[in-house]
Amino acid sequence: MKLKKKIPLIDQHDKFGFWGGKFGGSYIPETLKKPVDDLTKEFSKLRKNKSFIKKRDFYFNNYIGAPTRFIKLENLTKHLGGAQIWAKVVSDANGGAHKIYNATVHALLCKSMGKKYIVGDTGAGYAGKMLSMAAKKFGLKCKIFMGAKDIKRQKPNCDAMKKNGAEIVPVITGSQTLVDAVSECMRYWVSNCDTTHMCVGSTVGPNIFVKICGWSTAQISRELKKQIKIQFKKIPKKIKLINCVGGGSSAYGFWSEFIDFPKSQIELVGVEAGGPKNSKLHAAPLSRGAKLGVLHGAASYVCQNNEGQINETESISAGLDYPGVSPIHCFLKDTKRARYTYATDEDALNAYKLVTKFEKLNPSLEPSHAFAEAIRIAPSLEKDTVIIVNSCGDAKKDRDILKKRLGKRI
Amino acid sequence: MINPINLAFNNAKEEKRPALLTYTVAGDNTKKKSLQILKSISKDVDICEIGFPHNTPIADGGQIQTSAYRALKNGLKISDVFEIVKDFKKSKNSKPVILMGYYNMIYQYGENNFIKKCKSSGVNGLIVVDLPWPENKGFAKKCETKAISFVQLLSPTTSKERLKNIIKDSHGMIYYISMLSTTGGKLKVSPKQILKNYNKIKKIDPKKNCVIGFGITEKTIAKLRSADGLVVGSAICKEITRSLNNRQNPVTNVSKVVAKLRNKIL
Repeated sequence: MKLKKKIPLIDQHDKFGFWGGKFGGSYIPETLKKPVDDLTKEFSKLRKNKSFIKKRDFYFNNYIGAPTRFIKLENLTKHLGGAQIWAKVVSDANGGAHKIYNATVHALLCKSMGKKYIVGDTGAGYAGKMLSMAAKKFGLKCKIFMGAKDIKRQKPNCDAMKKNGAEIVPVITGSQTLVDAVSECMRYWVSNCDTTHMCVGSTVGPNIFVKICGWSTAQISRELKKQIKIQFKKIPKKIKLINCVGGGSSAYGFWSEFIDFPKSQIELVGVEAGGPKNSKLHAAPLSRGAKLGVLHGAASYVCQNNEGQINETESISAGLDYPGVSPIHCFLKDTKRARYTYATDEDALNAYKLVTKFEKLNPSLEPSHAFAEAIRIAPSLEKDTVIIVNSCGDAKKDRDILKKRLGKRI
Repeated sequence: MINPINLAFNNAKEEKRPALLTYTVAGDNTKKKSLQILKSISKDVDICEIGFPHNTPIADGGQIQTSAYRALKNGLKISDVFEIVKDFKKSKNSKPVILMGYYNMIYQYGENNFIKKCKSSGVNGLIVVDLPWPENKGFAKKCETKAISFVQLLSPTTSKERLKNIIKDSHGMIYYISMLSTTGGKLKVSPKQILKNYNKIKKIDPKKNCVIGFGITEKTIAKLRSADGLVVGSAICKEITRSLNNRQNPVTNVSKVVAKLRNKIL
């Protein structure tokens, strides 16, 4: 299994859609074959179309607000006394998280295919919120599938979705979190694929959805590469790009421009959700040795039992609370290009406390997992090492959880 | 030797009626009960589809989801599914068995092991909901060498070109999904339209036995009786749920429903 250079990772799959011969694919019911094929054709056509790219860039610049900031966290760096810590503040993006890139591109695709309805899944509610924003912007009718447990814990984002005119469909099956929301959304699409477009909220699902999402979030690293060159004159010798990984959309977007660099120069570090400290449940299939399995239309490492039943997961962060992970991250893991680890709920909360104490930054619980790893490794590293954390979401949505766990009003 | 699935269709044709296929979930609501249900309905059924329950079923509607969760909650394992089949096949009125489920369970079991176990338990056919053509070619071949029928699925969205290719690669039986829906949806297409599509499939290869499934109930089954076979699943799962809720015996209730279904297509 080997990575190719100069070809975007999203395109390094075989004719059946597998990365590294075994990750990804399209395990879908027959009914979805045609809509998936149609979408595949449309996307491959549009991504080469100059006026579509122009349109995308127009909305990325003027609607999402590109570029998002790249800043040094001076106080945190000083406090930890090791490597420099920087942040790519992707939460500057319209709506407060990276999910807006994928949502905007899907809304544009939906329009160009002449469909009027768009549906999507959401965990933390950001994918749903952004899809509802994009739907409103482009005049589409929008339905969001969300686990009942997540609706309760991410209320601010639900309020936003409703305000944007989207219908939230509560999912009460299984663990009532993201995994069930994705299943229910796919079922809805099976029944309505003739009139409706489906947006998968991360780099997961059948091959084409991994590609579209990765193509959309890649904006993050395109911006970052330019910003690094401006800031440091050239790409520094030792960089660590740290990103949280649930489905893996922000991590892929954060890394895509840097995958061809040698590992010794740019290390890619993915941080999964380890769940509560003493719990057996987690949402960390890559770093805790889950087996390869098929979930939601793709083969990836999946938290599951011996029989192939999908395990329940547990994490304080709804956005990372998912038993599977993107096939492209499985590929990056097995080719050893990226390193994956996990942070517990407590690690993430402590990281949140420390970052907000020292910096004017308010990362949500998802990137707080990434900050936990940065805080852990920074003190023992040299000052010329540049750690960059993707602060991919804003903590406004987490106010209820943070208040409960930290007694803090944000 | 003629394949038992084909034989079942031949028998039905001789009686000038479509074959009746039922779908029940193994272990719903317990291992014992689901076996009793199979044994009790089999006199009225031509082919039994048995679902191996998965907890992330992306193509099943509410009724079958409920049945699957119920079976899993009661601790059903894949080894139990094979035991149920084995026991059923030894019984008096046993019928050909088609196992139906999601690919991950086969994947975890190992394709070859799974097929071997199917063979030794007496399974005659397999339907894998999320393993479409052409991705299923390799697995279908493996089934064929062990004389297990791999049932290809077709849907209203399947293009003409694709229909031809899939039918060409199919074994004795093919399954036409009546409409764009998960299992158990309300029939939103007229039976006339469904049969029109069905006839297109038959025209491509009249020798293959084609069954229609999804949304078939006591109310709609008679109108589709010109097909080679008809599958009823959710309506049965619903009856099990109803019986349990009313503290009645699902075995007798389901048997009554199946007998009624059979009467409608005689």
